[in-house]
Amino acid sequence: MEHTSSQVSDSSAEARKRPRWGGILVWAGVLGLLAILALGLRRAQQGPITVGDKVPNFSLTTFEGETINLTDLKGKVVVLNFWASWCKPCEQEAADLEAAWRYYQPGGEVIFLGVDYVDTEPEARAYLEKFGITYPNGPDLGTRISQQFRIQGVPETYIIDKNNVLRSVQIGPYRGYEHIRSTIDPLLGE
Amino acid sequence: MKRLFYSIPIMMTAALMAFRLGQAQSTLPQPPTDDQVNAIAKELYCPVCENIPLDVCGTQACAQWRELIREKLSQGWNEAQIKQYFVDQYGDRVLATPPARGLNWLVYIIPPVAILAGVYILYRAFQSWKQPAPEALPQETQPSYSDEYVMRLEEELRKR
Repeated sequence: MEHTSSQVSDSSAEARKRPRWGGILVWAGVLGLLAILALGLRRAQQGPITVGDKVPNFSLTTFEGETINLTDLKGKVVVLNFWASWCKPCEQEAADLEAAWRYYQPGGEVIFLGVDYVDTEPEARAYLEKFGITYPNGPDLGTRISQQFRIQGVPETYIIDKNNVLRSVQIGPYRGYEHIRSTIDPLLGE
Repeated sequence: MKRLFYSIPIMMTAALMAFRLGQAQSTLPQPPTDDQVNAIAKELYCPVCENIPLDVCGTQACAQWRELIREKLSQGWNEAQIKQYFVDQYGDRVLATPPARGLNWLVYIIPPVAILAGVYILYRAFQSWKQPAPEALPQETQPSYSDEYVMRLEEELRKR
């Protein structure tokens, strides 16, 4: 009787001592997965660049092949407009944006950049021609710029001051030429 | 006679031109069909209308994309080249199946690993159900206090 009970206690003790590699691996996998999920959630909750934030650098390659970096535009007010040829509200502000660009262009203090979001090149070029847009425009390759700003749709316009700080966000089209000027003019004297 | 003399070469030239024209038309590549366009479009998703495959999406943006696929097919591009073009233009997220690189590997690794782990756990559970409980000791070796009590009780009763 004693012999049998000691055998049982030995085997259970042995089982306790045995390293449970399977369990360790499973737990390591689960914890790793949770870490990845946490990183993803953190990134998702970082949110868009908000007014007052320094805008990280981005590169826009225009339809003409010129590459423009935000950091190279330090000292200028940047008007970054997201648009698409299939976007009807974009058409409402296209002429006003061009008029504003022509107003500011001679001074050299303001640069307008058009970012063509999820569009096809022939239609985009036709759109630019239709509205006589002359400021630099280029496709959002890989949707990198729009993801950086976490745009919700088009049109959206971001005004970045001379120190690359975001100063104004316009969701939807501008109400008109005066509306565009009223957001840019205060930044020129700074 | 003179009219016939002039009309024969004109007719022959016209016939030759008609033949060449027909030949040229027959060698022209056929425009891509909707099925060919949709076969590629269903593998793509437009970022504007998420979760709707490109072949069934009704927005203007998606219609433009389908036209672009048609254009590329008519230029002789194959499916892989067209998909790569869309990835270059709009990013990996346009693909219906994520490319197997970076963290995307998890999508391909986790499901089979989880299934294998589940099968193993089930196997172990079935095994443990089949085996008799090792801790169960033979009944006769276990002290049976109730039996002893009954025996003593019976003995006491007999004595009386």
